[in-house]
Amino acid sequence: MSHDIKNILLVGVGGQGILLASEILSEAAMLAGFDVKKSEIHGMSQRGGSVVSHVRYGTEVFSPIVPEGEGDILFGFELMETARSLPLLKPGGTVVANDLQISPPSVLMGQETYPAGLANRIKGQFADFLSVDGQHLAAEAGNVKAANTVLLGVVSRRLNIPEEFWMKALEKMVPRKAVDVNKKAFLMGREL
Amino acid sequence: MKEILSGNEAIARGAYEAGCLVACAYPGTPSTEILENTLKYKEINSSWAPNEKVALEVAIGASFGGGRALCTMKHVGVNVAADPLFTLSYTGVRGGLVLVAADDPEMHSSQNEQDSRNYAKSAKLPMLEPSDSRECREFTRLAFELSEQYDTPVMLRSSTRISHGKSVVELGERVTGLPAPKLEKNPAKLVMLPGNARVRHPLVEQSLVDLSKAAATLSLNRMELRDSKIGIISAGICYQYVREVLPQASTLKLGLVHPLPHDLIREFAAQVETLYVIEELDPFIEEQVKAMGIAVIGKQIISLCGELTPGRLRTAFGLPQPTVIEMEKMPGRPPNMCPGCPHRGVFFALNQLKAYVTGDIGCYTLGFMPPLSAMDTCVCMGASIGMATGVAKVVSGEEKKKVVAVIGDSTFLHTGINGLMDMVYNNSPATVIILDNSITAMTGRQDNPATGYTLMDDPAHAVNIPLLCKALGVKHIRIVNPLDLEETKRVIAEEMERSETSVVITDKPCVLIKREDVFQKGPVYAVETEACTGCRACLKIGCPAIEWRPAGDGSKKGKAFIDPLLCTGCDVCRQLCKFNAIGSTK
Repeated sequence: MSHDIKNILLVGVGGQGILLASEILSEAAMLAGFDVKKSEIHGMSQRGGSVVSHVRYGTEVFSPIVPEGEGDILFGFELMETARSLPLLKPGGTVVANDLQISPPSVLMGQETYPAGLANRIKGQFADFLSVDGQHLAAEAGNVKAANTVLLGVVSRRLNIPEEFWMKALEKMVPRKAVDVNKKAFLMGREL
Repeated sequence: MKEILSGNEAIARGAYEAGCLVACAYPGTPSTEILENTLKYKEINSSWAPNEKVALEVAIGASFGGGRALCTMKHVGVNVAADPLFTLSYTGVRGGLVLVAADDPEMHSSQNEQDSRNYAKSAKLPMLEPSDSRECREFTRLAFELSEQYDTPVMLRSSTRISHGKSVVELGERVTGLPAPKLEKNPAKLVMLPGNARVRHPLVEQSLVDLSKAAATLSLNRMELRDSKIGIISAGICYQYVREVLPQASTLKLGLVHPLPHDLIREFAAQVETLYVIEELDPFIEEQVKAMGIAVIGKQIISLCGELTPGRLRTAFGLPQPTVIEMEKMPGRPPNMCPGCPHRGVFFALNQLKAYVTGDIGCYTLGFMPPLSAMDTCVCMGASIGMATGVAKVVSGEEKKKVVAVIGDSTFLHTGINGLMDMVYNNSPATVIILDNSITAMTGRQDNPATGYTLMDDPAHAVNIPLLCKALGVKHIRIVNPLDLEETKRVIAEEMERSETSVVITDKPCVLIKREDVFQKGPVYAVETEACTGCRACLKIGCPAIEWRPAGDGSKKGKAFIDPLLCTGCDVCRQLCKFNAIGSTK
């Protein structure tokens, strides 16, 4: 049965490192003894398009994609993509979003404008909304490139995966020389 | 040992464990990563072929030589490989041969959503369909065994959600003790002339009957009885959605989707009140169940188009949908050519020249999108050239000059060469532009016969594309730097004017190539704000590194800005600025 399943959606723009973050999350869940499935679309999305990665874990997972409207946590790497994916989330779900805006082509060309006030509107819909300045915190941890890991730390607080498995997953998935800074960035996010 | 693997990684693992010696493919989403993973096993000789037909022929040769062979492709690739495939089922195999076809319901990255299961039926060979990565490993291993046991190639059908989905897989060891490959002549089996083929065909039919009977006991097919009100037959990813949405329903989970286990289907149908087939795309299983005289509900509730999702399945069964937040429509984020992409200048020129562009399959297909808007057709791999010939045959003299085919290096080598041969042979006046960016870019930067490297990263002869065109008889071959807008436009215009076949080849590499000395990033460019008049000329190339910043006073005024993190220094935008407001920062 699927009532003990955790449904996490990681969304953003192609090239932001979403796949690596979802791999670390999946690995940690597996190490913690859960069944895990994950799904995303590659291909055209590598060219700066929207990316949605689904991660589900629990006793036994069937569908690799999160059923529409059943997402527990929306983990957004970019603000507009976060807002776009809100319909995937269940009412009362959690939103953790990187405070970052990346303009799509139509906005770059001045044909459309980037929607204003998104963070406030998300907050209006979801009480458990946390906006994180990932870049800034990652720089504090020692490397601006570890922004995703800071956010992963924030998300980890809301998941039933013990810290040791997150550390093991980071050790396995992150390039060796970046492990220490990523662990630091993760713990920084975890304490937020 | 347990690992989280994608379906593609698990298929590669299964092939390794099955003792596979040769893996061959042409890249195609969502199948590409299978060969990028067989590559990790040094026991397997992995290679890119110029197209799927050659890939399958290489695998057939390896099988006839006595080795186990894997061949992988996306669904439309099977169309290219269909010629050898239909006769391969007659010859059968020596070493086991497994052909993976990865379908793309919903067309996440494809031009159609054909259903590969129809190939198994019409080419008369068995097809397995895994429903997660664990089964991808297990079924691939089993497919090699069935291939040898029933003397037939076996297809394994994947789909985007299976190939690119990940799940937990228990790994096994590689089998040992397989017979060593050795030449062995057997013309009655392997030379398919009418006399021999007439003997083989009845054996093929019998083998399918035998397998259908055996299928009732194969662990691949599994009857799971729960509530008897609803019984659902499904396979692949659809099985997972059925278990997710209708956990109480009884299920007949098929791992073998061709031939179907008729006895098992009858047994299952007799034990449930209402029988359903839940399948994506075609009513492949449904029609066969109906032909058995069994009442079943399928496509009347599940669409023929697109992929299934848990939500769509809930709708099909009239189950309540969860409440979701409604969001207004926001600016879309379609894929775009990269900053510095060498294709951009060519499409800018084609747009200005008002060419009628027969397009092809690759990153450059994005040239159809605004603001470049310079592609008029896209049908299949290699189609651009033959289609240009055809268009020019029917339109008037002045319009003939507007016809330009655009094709990438990898696609040209895939199936474009024959089109160009025809163009010269039949004296077409059309112009062909070969966008040679030295890589198969769209599928994630794979090498091809013109890049100078193999999949296993060994140096290789690089096809000389201009010389190849010359050998085909093209008299007018021009090489241009696509980052020089004026030259590109002038050369294309001159060749469009010509009444003979001509080829223009661009020679700048893809900006994503990681191999050293291929692509070099130049100094970053910047807009001098005082000099920028806000004319928007630089926005006409749709470069993601250039941003329009409105003045903020409510007027339409504003200025351009270049993102230094994205700019590659390609220089194209500078050439568009009449006010010298754009320049290199060095």
